[in-house]
Amino acid sequence: MGLFSNHMNSIHVNHHKSTAGAASVVMPVPEKVYISMSQHIGRPCAPLVAKGDHVKVGQLIGDVDAMISAPIYSSVSGEVVSIEEARSALGSTDTYVVIKTDGKQEPYEGLSIPDCKTKDDFIKAVRDSGVVGLGGASFPTSVKLNPANLDEVDTLIVNGAECEPFITSDHRNMLEHADDIVSGIKLIMHFLNLSHCYIGIENNKPDAIARLRDEISSSGLANTEVKELRSTYPQGAERVIVHEVAGKTLNAGELPASVGCIVSNVTSIMKIGEYFRTGMPMISRLVTIAGDCITNPGNVEVPIGAKYYDIVEFCGGYKSTPKKIIAGGPMMGKAQNNDGGTVVKNTGAVLFFSEAQAEAFDPTPCINCGKCHRACPVGLMPKEYAKAYKTNDVERLKNLKVMECMGCGSCSYVCPARKPLCFINTLAKSVVRGAK
Amino acid sequence: MKSFKNGNLLVTSNPHMFAPTNTQKIMLAVVIALLPSLIASIVIFGLRALILAIVCVIASVFFEWAYEKLAKKENTVNDLSAVVTGLLLAMNLPVTMPYWQSVVGCFIAIVVVKQFFGGLGQNFANPAITARIVLFVSFGVRMTTWADPKQAKVLLASDAVTSATPLGVFNESGAAEAQSQFSLSDMALGMTGGSMGEVCAVALLAGGLFLIFLKVISPATPLAFLGTIAVMSLLHGDDPIWQICAGGAMIGAFFMATDYATTPTTTLGKVIFGIGCGFITMVIRFWGSYPEGVSFSILLMDIITPHIDHFCENRLYGNPKKAAKAEGGAK
Repeated sequence: MGLFSNHMNSIHVNHHKSTAGAASVVMPVPEKVYISMSQHIGRPCAPLVAKGDHVKVGQLIGDVDAMISAPIYSSVSGEVVSIEEARSALGSTDTYVVIKTDGKQEPYEGLSIPDCKTKDDFIKAVRDSGVVGLGGASFPTSVKLNPANLDEVDTLIVNGAECEPFITSDHRNMLEHADDIVSGIKLIMHFLNLSHCYIGIENNKPDAIARLRDEISSSGLANTEVKELRSTYPQGAERVIVHEVAGKTLNAGELPASVGCIVSNVTSIMKIGEYFRTGMPMISRLVTIAGDCITNPGNVEVPIGAKYYDIVEFCGGYKSTPKKIIAGGPMMGKAQNNDGGTVVKNTGAVLFFSEAQAEAFDPTPCINCGKCHRACPVGLMPKEYAKAYKTNDVERLKNLKVMECMGCGSCSYVCPARKPLCFINTLAKSVVRGAK
Repeated sequence: MKSFKNGNLLVTSNPHMFAPTNTQKIMLAVVIALLPSLIASIVIFGLRALILAIVCVIASVFFEWAYEKLAKKENTVNDLSAVVTGLLLAMNLPVTMPYWQSVVGCFIAIVVVKQFFGGLGQNFANPAITARIVLFVSFGVRMTTWADPKQAKVLLASDAVTSATPLGVFNESGAAEAQSQFSLSDMALGMTGGSMGEVCAVALLAGGLFLIFLKVISPATPLAFLGTIAVMSLLHGDDPIWQICAGGAMIGAFFMATDYATTPTTTLGKVIFGIGCGFITMVIRFWGSYPEGVSFSILLMDIITPHIDHFCENRLYGNPKKAAKAEGGAK
């Protein structure tokens, strides 16, 4: 925050939202899907099927008895051909259930629309839906909706900021499934006994803002308000959206619940609404496929477990050789070393950049311009922690509160010397953790 | 094309896109912002101003290149910072300055002040300001011989008809005499004796506003610097505009006190820095034995910049002071 501004620091980035007008298209199921058993923060699921089993769409194939977890369902009908370990898009080694599809896409018979009487029924149903934080954090939504101090919580904040450049999947969902979003909000406000709801949307999406306002008024949803956010990065970060929408400050280490708020991604809310309408748990999601290597960029409804190369083929293939493949947005996404990654619940986008679009720079000396200080949403001083990291000064790193960095990448983005400040901070965090 | 050869993908940490600015573009903006002053100095003093500027730029770039070559460091001539230093130093010299002495100044600026301390961004004092002060104490007569732009244009140093500077008269004979000899319009347009780039206030203002518009510099420093000069002039009973246009105040406020490496990074720090510069400048002008104090004030404030930075560290979001204190107390 500056001397004269009540907004949290943010930066202007080029939005590159050229796929915003591309209506969602459903991709046919690929020959094989590779469904990860680690699609949420917390303990991974254990596979509940074995090689040779026949599975149907929406059948439970992975679950775990842990506080922070969400079940995983088959996105296709077909035969389990193997249970194998492989590297995930994030670099970890996970278990995958590989299913050879039969193309029939028969729904599982055991599915039914949940019938909830109490809050506990509702939380159980949300867990059963398999929904996690779909904006990227993949924190199980059932846990998020059930904080220890629920009686002090009165506000639901629906995060439709979608501040990452290139990604338009939340935007399309808001335009195409406003009804499910509003019914999801209704359910949550009813069962959690919340009095207010804000939907935060960046003002570069006026059509989504208008669509949701229409839906709210036509469905008679009370105490729900669409708040226009500035189109600056990172409006969608949890601490930022709580501050910008509800005007509340989250102190270091606090969760939104401690200021009476629950924040959830708009697509997660939509998936809950959809589950209560159809009974079908989360088996697919909308993924923005963009970047200058893609012949037909757009928003594709992809079954969970599809490989990136299958989606690319559906999008008309590569028109030039990719130099960088990013799972997620360009600010916080992870660069891949091949196009064989699989779609998981929180994959909002996969970007394919050519050599020209994949910018690479050698860092030059810091000129002390202070742009990184002014860019950091939480007011950290990236150039100072870069110095402290270089000298391995753990005390200084602790005093600079490096652990509060959310890894948004704003500091690296603005740096005229092209210092990898965000990466240095990731390393500095591990130094501080190691010193404890 | 269905597939490609895996293994030649670029894998780097996030973010994967960047702001279009870089160090070279920032330095280029400063060079462009100095062009109006350079052109003004050529018009005001004559062609020697251009030659002197070219000599300083070439010497500065050469010293940067040669030092990095000898020290086996990476060549950073392309970042244009040496061009900025050379040009700024030229702007701080009298048009009659002998070329060899100017080259000595470039050596001091680039090698001693900048490279000895680690190169770009590591120097604790502004190279051009420090070099100006070193030249001033080493070649005092040459550094205080001022050509009178109203009398003759200068191509050879001997062409010059010398005169006093406005602040020289102010220091010797007082405000009334100085203001009668040098009208406000002369001061604004630069038709007075002085360093070649500091006299034309209008050109400096244009360059400064250009840098503020491009967000290369923050308006905080120049506002605080010039504002303090204005307030102190009023308190002293002088014309604030005359004082702002006099001497090195404008070039100092827009181009020297905004040097990234040697000034604070936070807005509050910049305000403190600017007020300090303005205060010291006016103390020297009113009560010091030197007629002008801008260079000394900036050098002094450069030296205490680490302390200002320490005092003005960013306020972290969501770290209330009370809690921080309680935490400290618990230890």
